[in-house]
Amino acid sequence: MMPCPIGGSSLSMMTLDTVGIKRQARVIMIDGGQKVRSYLNTLGIHIGDWLTVVQRAPFRGPVLVEVHGTRVALGRGVACKIQVDMDGVVEHLSSPTEAVEAG
Amino acid sequence: MRFVLAGQPNSGKSSIFNSVAGYRSATANFPKSSISFTATKTLIAGREVEVVDLPGIYSLTSSDTVAGPAERYLLNEPYDLIVNVVDASRLGRSLELTLQLLGLGRPMIVALNMMDEAHRRGIEVDHEELSELLGVPVVTTVSRLGRGLKRLFRESLRHATFAVSSTPPTYDREVEEAIERVKAAIDEDDPIPGVPSRFVAIKLLEGDPHLSDRVRSRAPDLSDRVTEVANHLEEAHGWSADQVVSGSRHAVAHSIEDRVVTHQSSKEGWRERADRLLLNEWTGGPLMVLILAGFFWLVFGVGQRVEAPLVVGFKWLQGSVAEQFVPGSLTATIADGLVMGLAGGVAIVLPYLIPFLLGLAILEDTGYLPRLAYILDSFMHRIGLHGKSVLPLILGYGCSVPAIMSTRILESEKDRRITAALTSFIPCSARTVVIFGLVAAFMGPIWALVIYLLNIFVIVVLGTVMAKRMKGASPGLVLEIPDLSLPDVKTLIAKTWLALKEFITIAWPLLIASSIVLGVLEWANAADSINALLSPLTVWMLGLPAAVGMTLVFGVLRKELTLVMLVQALGTTDVNTVMTTQQLLTFTLFVVFYVPCVATIAVLAKQMGWRGAAAISGFTVVVAVVVSVSGRVLYSLFF
Repeated sequence: MMPCPIGGSSLSMMTLDTVGIKRQARVIMIDGGQKVRSYLNTLGIHIGDWLTVVQRAPFRGPVLVEVHGTRVALGRGVACKIQVDMDGVVEHLSSPTEAVEAG
Repeated sequence: MRFVLAGQPNSGKSSIFNSVAGYRSATANFPKSSISFTATKTLIAGREVEVVDLPGIYSLTSSDTVAGPAERYLLNEPYDLIVNVVDASRLGRSLELTLQLLGLGRPMIVALNMMDEAHRRGIEVDHEELSELLGVPVVTTVSRLGRGLKRLFRESLRHATFAVSSTPPTYDREVEEAIERVKAAIDEDDPIPGVPSRFVAIKLLEGDPHLSDRVRSRAPDLSDRVTEVANHLEEAHGWSADQVVSGSRHAVAHSIEDRVVTHQSSKEGWRERADRLLLNEWTGGPLMVLILAGFFWLVFGVGQRVEAPLVVGFKWLQGSVAEQFVPGSLTATIADGLVMGLAGGVAIVLPYLIPFLLGLAILEDTGYLPRLAYILDSFMHRIGLHGKSVLPLILGYGCSVPAIMSTRILESEKDRRITAALTSFIPCSARTVVIFGLVAAFMGPIWALVIYLLNIFVIVVLGTVMAKRMKGASPGLVLEIPDLSLPDVKTLIAKTWLALKEFITIAWPLLIASSIVLGVLEWANAADSINALLSPLTVWMLGLPAAVGMTLVFGVLRKELTLVMLVQALGTTDVNTVMTTQQLLTFTLFVVFYVPCVATIAVLAKQMGWRGAAAISGFTVVVAVVVSVSGRVLYSLFF
């Protein structure tokens, strides 16, 4: 797996493209411009949200994630920009839904 | 009285509209698929009401500098009521738009749709509680089955008559303070009249590019004020203001969801199981090939079986019509042209067109197209685009016009231009008819497949070259993958009919008229001079009979015409008795690639200007010549 270029800003964090199938992760930061953020926001992906990786396409194809009961395909370039956390230490706006926790 | 239907993509908005309008709005299962809005007049409890179906939108905050048609309509047009269609199975996300719509302060009602889908996923929604929290009436519906729609429209009428304005939701304290500060400044200036200042304040804080631009030019002071408040918010939260505001709305939406929704565990259904195979990293690709190949064989299999007896019938008709007239007279020529035009439409075009349109409707309505975008994303990256471009390209196999229009689902200008250009190279259903009617019918389906693969190869090469030469960044794929669904037979038939009607009412008369015109031109020996003019291309370069020259001219009007005109020009439906297989192949290759039809050129011009459209059209001729001449040479070398 080729690593994603990380903006060098923060600590060595995980990005969504490295999360394995069936693993859950929480969004802690969305790099990139407002445009990318607003696309993600309108599809229900915000900081603090829990995502479940459902599928990962081969040949560096997109990652399929489930968020709030919706499936969203995110190209690797976009997934690279989503920094995630898998232990849930970060402060967030909304709590994970029951379904995800139980999932 | 006027109602507007507003909702997120895939919320079942169009099926609500269709239930009042009859079939007029095409559902296509991907965002912004309803490109322009459709309106219809209907009677509700004896009152005439105009219902407007807006394109599906996820949010009222546009990320483009140009506001989308739905957003523009909601902000500027006069209407009496918003019917917000909400997908009950995705309540949290859908409510984010609902909260924004409430901010418009117009009378509103919520159609809590897809209740069956929610139930299947083990989601129960307390709609009374939801109505209380939102402060607007909520009516449960299953639009697909027409359930609850009568009640929805009755309730809408009642609510619109009372004209109770909705109240916007309250966000968290810091955001509210920021909104208040911006709102106070707006109330002094009022740069966007007619829109509630609170709504404008929120959009400015979210950095909506379209509104920000307008404010910057009209009230620069206000613009500075917004930046100041936004910076303050950013310092307090550590995130940019747009994320704080949309995050706050997100939190409100989800807290409402938590209060009204109860989850039960749901069983995994066929949809989930099918998706696991269709999107799997190992089986997804092979299944895609199987599905597309199955589609191809279906169209060919049905088309060929139906075509053969029809052609025989028309040959008999042609013979018996000819007996009625003096051979070689003008009336005989006109009658013959009429029969040939009819024959071309009925016997050659329809047998392939109907199964093709039906198949495409099935692919659309099952929700397979977004899955194709997912699977092909990495392939599309190779030609400098991303997965979403697959959607216009696939639609291009139906008709280039809506396909090129649908390139507006793409975010970047570069992607839009390249995809629009490539889409005009995709063999649309008219060109498909030529491929099937000539190559598949006389040379075998394998050869038709070769043409399709060659076409894809040319598109890949062109795409790669264009992506290298054009500047601009693409944000990459962000696409909702809606649940698979069983297409509704009635909708499929209606959809196929809608596309077919276009052929029957517009193309067919044109086919018959052109066929007669060509007959008369030939009778008057006028066609010969045009054919002679084109003979350097047709005879010398492509090695075709000179008579095909005229057919190519007519083909610019509609691509089906090339086939029908060929039948007319050669005077027989058994084209293979007059042309060799090599000639058939060369002719078809040229037809597939050369100049898009007039309608496509017009839509290209609208999308990228006349110069762009002219450049693409000219370029297609070069590509067509190169491809068909190489096809001719290669075929003669190997066969």
